[in-house]
Amino acid sequence: MCDTCGCSDGDVRITDEAHTVVLEQDILAKNDELASHNREHLRASGVFAINLMSSPGAGKTTLLERTIRASDTPCAVIEGDQETLLDAERIKATGAPVVQINTGAGCHLDASMLHRALHSLAPAHGSTLFIENVGNLVCPALFDLGEAARVVILSVTEGPGKPVKYPHMFAASDLVLLNKVDLLPYVDFDVSEFERDFRRVNPTAALVQVSATRGDGLSEWYDWLRRPARS
Amino acid sequence: MHEMAVTQSVVDAIVAKLGDATVTSVRLEIGRLSGVVPDSVRFCFDVLCTGTSLEGARLDIAEPSGRARCRDCGDEFTLDDFILLCPCGSANAEVLAGRELRITSVEVGHV
Repeated sequence: MCDTCGCSDGDVRITDEAHTVVLEQDILAKNDELASHNREHLRASGVFAINLMSSPGAGKTTLLERTIRASDTPCAVIEGDQETLLDAERIKATGAPVVQINTGAGCHLDASMLHRALHSLAPAHGSTLFIENVGNLVCPALFDLGEAARVVILSVTEGPGKPVKYPHMFAASDLVLLNKVDLLPYVDFDVSEFERDFRRVNPTAALVQVSATRGDGLSEWYDWLRRPARS
Repeated sequence: MHEMAVTQSVVDAIVAKLGDATVTSVRLEIGRLSGVVPDSVRFCFDVLCTGTSLEGARLDIAEPSGRARCRDCGDEFTLDDFILLCPCGSANAEVLAGRELRITSVEVGHV
């Protein structure tokens, strides 16, 4: 009961002059903290983690199947897809340990998903961990997972102009694999134009042309995986 | 749409810092090279604030321009997209600013 007029509006809260609270905080601070935790954990376990990103259908899983079978170090895989266990089943057939993350409506993996997946996968010391992100050239670019390197796969069937249309993804990459080069005679894709576009957003990352089905360029990719930076 | 996850991080971070205090406005900084679309954040903000201490809060977004330094000629230049092209013609540039993604401040009502 109100003391002033007897009304029943006793729980109305009067707000006087508002005050400003300065936060100056990164919006993704929580994700980035967890990513640092993941990175530290992976380094301490001697695991070299690669965040593998591309559009749907660029050939991530085919590349992984072949890479795992050719690898002289143990591999483990975390698969990210909105739905199904299809990719995890393909990886399981190679003999590598695999965990599937289904993001449901989510369009990217984040550091917390990777953290949970790492607990259930527990990759072996000295192994290479491939994190196959959700197929998407936009959203995954923004979320640090705690990986040691970012690899973007683009297939020549996706057409020209992708690095300048999706600059964040290409700018954030350490290596770009240009896949399906065996199809170059049949599609309208100019490799030198692609290279020029790519350099406009990323002057330093490595670029390797591969065919995950025919095998072109794969020895160069395997050399990159063994490069000194992983130690 | 990653703006949904970004906006949820804004709401979560503010609630974690300020608890139940009624928030009347939120100021963000979303740089033009951050990869986040302010209009999408505005759309998500109203949806995600419903039922929280931020419900009905005003959202102000500053959008600082990008700035880069050319590694070839040494000049600094501004840019509003991610094409790193210096006026000298070189694309070999280092981004100095424009990737901001920050909660600057919030206004809290006295209760």
